[in-house]
Amino acid sequence: MYPADLKYTREHEWVRVDDASGEALVGITHFAQEQLGDVVFVELPEVGRTLTAGETFGSIESVKTVSDLYSPVSGEVVAINEELDKHPERVNQAPHDTWMIRVRVAGDLPADLLDASAYEALIK
Amino acid sequence: MPPPSTDLKRTALYDRHVARGARMVDFAGWAMPLQYSGIADEHLAVRQRVGIFDVSHMGEIEIAGADALALVQHVASNDASRLDVGQIQYSAITTPTGTVVDDVLVYRWADEHYLLVVNAANTRKVSQWITARAAEFGGDTAVVNASSRYALVAVQGPAAREVLGELCTLDLSTLKYYRFATGEVAGARAVISRTGYTGEDGFEIFVPPAQAVQVWDALLSAGERFDLKPCGLGARDTLRLEAGMRLYGNEMDETVTVLEAGLGPLVGWSKASFIGHDALRREREAGSSRRIVAFEMVDRAIARPGHPVLDGDEPCGRVTSGTQTPYLQKAIGFALVPAAMAETGRELTIDVRGRRATARVVPEPFYRRSRSGGASGSAGGN
Repeated sequence: MYPADLKYTREHEWVRVDDASGEALVGITHFAQEQLGDVVFVELPEVGRTLTAGETFGSIESVKTVSDLYSPVSGEVVAINEELDKHPERVNQAPHDTWMIRVRVAGDLPADLLDASAYEALIK
Repeated sequence: MPPPSTDLKRTALYDRHVARGARMVDFAGWAMPLQYSGIADEHLAVRQRVGIFDVSHMGEIEIAGADALALVQHVASNDASRLDVGQIQYSAITTPTGTVVDDVLVYRWADEHYLLVVNAANTRKVSQWITARAAEFGGDTAVVNASSRYALVAVQGPAAREVLGELCTLDLSTLKYYRFATGEVAGARAVISRTGYTGEDGFEIFVPPAQAVQVWDALLSAGERFDLKPCGLGARDTLRLEAGMRLYGNEMDETVTVLEAGLGPLVGWSKASFIGHDALRREREAGSSRRIVAFEMVDRAIARPGHPVLDGDEPCGRVTSGTQTPYLQKAIGFALVPAAMAETGRELTIDVRGRRATARVVPEPFYRRSRSGGASGSAGGN
């Protein structure tokens, strides 16, 4: 369920770091989308914004509720997933393949990111 | 979301919900299904085909006796003298200042016997309120909180009549909107009323709790060929909002008057008197200072309950309900605003989590079903 090549936050984001490019994709986990229910709106930051790990980068709204999105890493937003504007339901359909922002990572990854087994233990 | 605590009340259908994997939540002290397959999926099933809801948490309060009508007329705003046996009326239990103790459906059960269907969160309050008013009022009445005697299942959607018709001894085509009749559903003695809280044609079925499971299961089977969905409180809320129906605790409570809530049709002005009559008459003459309005977002944002409506930089009102609804796929809601902001077309500025977003006041309801035969009548419900 939770891919081993992703790292996870306690706030239920995932991050996939590409060591070659130094860039990371960020999304939310299966657990998070399940809790939210039908996603209807994903609000994302401007490209070029600089984020600090743990900072809010946007919000995600379902029919029932709204939740902030927290960046797992520090760095500059180099792209946002424009497809989510028209198709926010992709987050429900394929949460681990639906990225929200791409970040050029600055510095080391935060030490408190979880691996898949630690994340699975967290949500048990 | 933590699982609901174990001391919550359970309806007769609790095990069915859990077995089917519904997400259970605490609603007014009841463990109730929030959703099964998903709010949007359930919402669309009701708009396009048919869904069933366990609404057994709703309260039933019976008022009987030679002076039953007089007591109902005293505590409820609408004119219950117009009800035939078998007829139902949307009404409000009002305070002396015209604010709302609860919004209710009044069933004329028999000649001198009325049944009020009340909101789950208000069952005890309304029961105590009416009992106290009955004591002051004198007269020959008995007020009984009969909620534990009834399970209540709603069948809603364009195919509701066909699904229920297969299981039912009544000819449902002759049962008019806001009327009820007694019959059998799947072998259980039932009261069937043509009412609902979704904006679709549909029925609400009162059965003894011991027979609720057999009725529920029979509806699921009979509905299979229509792809009937069991629905939770999430879809119930989005459906009622789209249909422009108020929710107690959101659009109205004991701080909001019947007229402010836009529920003027619930006031029987021609009645001699009722609790709150004088205050509401004065408000009608002077004009309400604030109103519930329906709005649609203009900016890309979803306003949620509690978000302030701004006048300049100052809050002047608040959003009472709001979401993006699955059928219209628009961000809509209700807000309580000063009367000067209440006209259709007026733009509202809403503070959506620290950001200003523009909305526009629109006519109600947001959604109205097409009526190709079957039921007719104005929207309303509980």
